Amino acid sequence: MSDILLEIKDLKVHFPIRKESFLGGVTKYVKAVDGVSFYIERGETLGLVGESGSGKTTIGRAILRAIEPTEGQVRFNIDGQMLDLAKYTEKEMRSLRRHLQLIFQDPYSSLNPRMTVRDIIAEPLVAQRLVQGDEVDERVRVAAAHCKLNVEYLRRFPHAFSGGQRQRIGIARALVSRPQFIVCDESVSALDVSIQAEILNLLMDLQAEFGFTYLFIAHDLSVVAHISRRVAVMYLGQLVEMAPTKELFYAPKHPYTEALMSAIPETDPDLEMNPVQLEGEIPSPINPPPGCHFHPRCLYAQDKCKTEIPQWQEVSTGHFVACHFADTLTLKGVNMPDRVASKD
Amino acid sequence: MAITTNESIFEDNLLNVRDLKISFKTDEGIIKAVDGIDFSVKRGQTLGIVGESGSGKSVSTWSIMQLLPKNSIIHKDSSIQFRRKDGEIVEITQLKPNSRGLRQIRGGEVALIFQEPMSSFSPVYTVGNQIVEAILEHRKVSKEEAQEIAVDMLSRVGISNPRQRFKQYPFELSGGMRQRAMIAVALSMSPSLLIADEPTTSLDVTIQAQILKLMEQLQDELGMSIIFITHNLGVIAQVAEEIEVMYLGKILERGTTKEIIQNPLHPYTQALLKAIPQLDHLGERLKAISGDIPSPLARPTGCPFHTRCEKVMPGICDVEMPNLTQISETHKVFCFLHEEKDV
Repeated sequence: MSDILLEIKDLKVHFPIRKESFLGGVTKYVKAVDGVSFYIERGETLGLVGESGSGKTTIGRAILRAIEPTEGQVRFNIDGQMLDLAKYTEKEMRSLRRHLQLIFQDPYSSLNPRMTVRDIIAEPLVAQRLVQGDEVDERVRVAAAHCKLNVEYLRRFPHAFSGGQRQRIGIARALVSRPQFIVCDESVSALDVSIQAEILNLLMDLQAEFGFTYLFIAHDLSVVAHISRRVAVMYLGQLVEMAPTKELFYAPKHPYTEALMSAIPETDPDLEMNPVQLEGEIPSPINPPPGCHFHPRCLYAQDKCKTEIPQWQEVSTGHFVACHFADTLTLKGVNMPDRVASKD
Repeated sequence: MAITTNESIFEDNLLNVRDLKISFKTDEGIIKAVDGIDFSVKRGQTLGIVGESGSGKSVSTWSIMQLLPKNSIIHKDSSIQFRRKDGEIVEITQLKPNSRGLRQIRGGEVALIFQEPMSSFSPVYTVGNQIVEAILEHRKVSKEEAQEIAVDMLSRVGISNPRQRFKQYPFELSGGMRQRAMIAVALSMSPSLLIADEPTTSLDVTIQAQILKLMEQLQDELGMSIIFITHNLGVIAQVAEEIEVMYLGKILERGTTKEIIQNPLHPYTQALLKAIPQLDHLGERLKAISGDIPSPLARPTGCPFHTRCEKVMPGICDVEMPNLTQISETHKVFCFLHEEKDV
């Protein structure tokens, strides 16, 4: 267990909403995250995918305590001890924040336009009083160099930079406090493909050099597949499947994963796309359907699915799935190219 | 307004764009957004336009409806010829922005769907109200008939309970549903040309797949042409018959989808294809394109891509824009690597 950096257990994040009625206010809850458990090993990347509204971002923020978890544990390995971050007060959390960082989606709104690039990158060091004086500048220069930012840029303001350069500033800010764990929340989604490739390469290089651990949240499945060792699939606040990347893409075990995989556009014009058509819309997380949350849209749903909640079970080493029929269904993944089949 | 002299270049084309140049007057100077491009769209065909931000892909197509901001200038030699439903060929650049002719074409014959499904509807009217208004503007039907058409269209785009949705306000619909409602508005006038500007970019893959399928079905039924603008090469490979690759206001390569995806000739097209993460190359390093897209205020001389091109030939590429090289009847490329050797 020693190489596990982060483990979350039965994490719940519920947001109260008040429904006014003439009999008085009735409090209901949006169950954004509703009982999620997973672990991340040191130095690996776990991808997290799911449709909008499935709770991906909320999980990332709850781990960083930017949103307060309602229930459950967020255990983080510091010097061999698993500490439950969910139990820490805001003040106690401050000393731990340098170990956990976040890279945002929008490189335009996540940088303060009135601060110089140097001050933006230095902020985690200053806010947490990690180092003083000249050492701040030294650390900023090193972080900027790792992100291939010119030292001359440090005196300028963010408006002078392109999207790709701004995202590199955001990454430099995340790594200046030498964190162990970084949440990348749609960090490359707003970028053009050529710039996106460069940022993905940078993230992978930094991981190889410093042993960073990433939770990589994105809705673009090919990007997630590219960078992640394992991938978890969310639906309506819960995990439905988690497996090593290739296994999840080529041999999914949950009908929802199958539907997602079938919807990835094929770049090869010779291959006809045949997406599984999901019925209807993602239901409201205020009143999730009983039984398996996915049953109203599932092609394979049986009576059992409408009433019984499926167990989160390990079907083969490292492959978890929550479906009553995981053992009996034969599902289709992404078309496996011959080369890959022969390589494995 | 009809132009008869160039009738022969039309054949089965619905749209013919020649030497289109569009600039914007800004405080920092004049920005050339589109720099002399030619393209045409055949009837019933889907043309895909691929390019990164600032390539001019939206500006060049929005000009077909004269929907550009006030500080834009379309060069006087530019020509946009459109064949109307009654067979008349009109020169769109010569129509006045508020003229009757242009208003009939806008929405009625050329429809536009774009990326932001939230901002494309007015928040203060019901969805049905807005569809009916558009139908009444362009088709000679009574209000009751228009309502029937609207409900029918909503159900055709896959919206369940269309009669109930008809009475709802845009904020009551989810993103995917609003996008489909917008397609319903666009298609209820049965346009002959649909401009789809990144119509699925902000949507989840599952909804994206549904909408692409729907557009394909409706195209088969109604026989309309589509210009599909996107930066996602996976999406375009699935929907387009021909692809045009744009960079900094110029077309660099054009060909059938197979030619562009399987045999890309321009270094930019090749680089774009290599930059996409592929499922069969998991974990390998991606080939990024070095450098950033140049600012439109400081356009490079010569070939616009030479500042980032791996195969740049100094003294050639940075001096002149390469000429068109015809590789096959359909495949065209602008690159010195493929021009005759005596250059």
